[in-house]
Amino acid sequence: MSVTFALLGLLENGPRHGYDLKRTYDDTFGRDRALHYGQVYSTMARLLKNGLVEVESEPGDGPERKRYAITHAGITDVAEWIGRPEKPEPYLQSTLYTKVVLALMTGRDADEVLDSQRAEHLRMMRELTRRKTDGDLADELICDHALFHLEADLRWLELTAARLDRLAARVRP
Amino acid sequence: MTEQPLLVAEGLHLHFGETKALDDASLHIWPGEVVALMGPSGSGKSTLLHCLAGILQPDSGRVAYHGRDLTAMSDSERSALRRGEFGFVFQFGQLVPELTCVENVALPLRLSGTGRREAHRTATDWLERLEVGDVAGKRPGQVSGGQGQRVAVARALVSRPRVVFADEPTGALDSLNGELVMKLFITAARDTGAAVVLVTHEARVAAYSDREAVVRDGRVREQEHAR
Repeated sequence: MSVTFALLGLLENGPRHGYDLKRTYDDTFGRDRALHYGQVYSTMARLLKNGLVEVESEPGDGPERKRYAITHAGITDVAEWIGRPEKPEPYLQSTLYTKVVLALMTGRDADEVLDSQRAEHLRMMRELTRRKTDGDLADELICDHALFHLEADLRWLELTAARLDRLAARVRP
Repeated sequence: MTEQPLLVAEGLHLHFGETKALDDASLHIWPGEVVALMGPSGSGKSTLLHCLAGILQPDSGRVAYHGRDLTAMSDSERSALRRGEFGFVFQFGQLVPELTCVENVALPLRLSGTGRREAHRTATDWLERLEVGDVAGKRPGQVSGGQGQRVAVARALVSRPRVVFADEPTGALDSLNGELVMKLFITAARDTGAAVVLVTHEARVAAYSDREAVVRDGRVREQEHAR
């Protein structure tokens, strides 16, 4: 995710101090990955240089007295970023596919590869489901996003399990 | 004291004509756990569930509930066990269309001799717990699919069964309603301490379980007797 645009976007509703910005980011988007203060200040320095934010200093200076405000150019950039669709992942480089094919080619148990992967995926899905069940709407949406992706992997896995014989006939020397 | 499995299936075989539905299937279910039976269509997962619940009789092998052999019981003994200890949730169509939702939920209690007023009160509590208190007076045909399934879950849990068997309980629902049914169902089952045997082909539904048992070609894949 673009931390830069997220931080910039958070400034659109009003100027913020660095620590306030960090806290709001962590609450809204951070989940498992809180930002380092250093990352906030280095990002702000870069945005400042590019004219996307400006600094409003308060009396008694020092770095923590700096309030960052978004500029018109910054707002335009945020609008452009939000409006631009994300490029879908093509998902064409699958490690799991490589493992399955190699297992078949070398006479190993490809079913076992798929079974242990299924177990691993379900373990993760269970954890996310628990978090979702115990959490608020934000947890629900974020966990659902992950769950749908994992589910897609699993559907591929079941389909591959059903086609293992055909795949074996193709790849075995 | 070492804990004993609640339900044990050992070496189940079952043929439908030429088709081998179960081929040496074994599984243990422990008290209070939620187990997802997964596997492709035709793998035998629903057949296994029906054998565990004493609805289908295997050709050979044994199913024991609390050490009592279901396969050796008379039909009426098995029915009594199902009524007293087991609850059921299916994909759809399990509610009596002529009865209101609250009457449907009260039915298992009435059948086991609970007085009308108390059965009604308990059923109402369960409907509220499943967040469908507002449809109590409606008939199943007048409620949405998701509401109907929550009524069905209330009916399955109302007599406080030790095991609930659920066969694709969200199969006919969209994902939002399916999620809500699963969340309320599993939370309520855990609260009452009931074990759940859940047949599903959906990983997101299986993710509500404590563990999965994968059925393939009529057999449960190794690994999971658990505990």
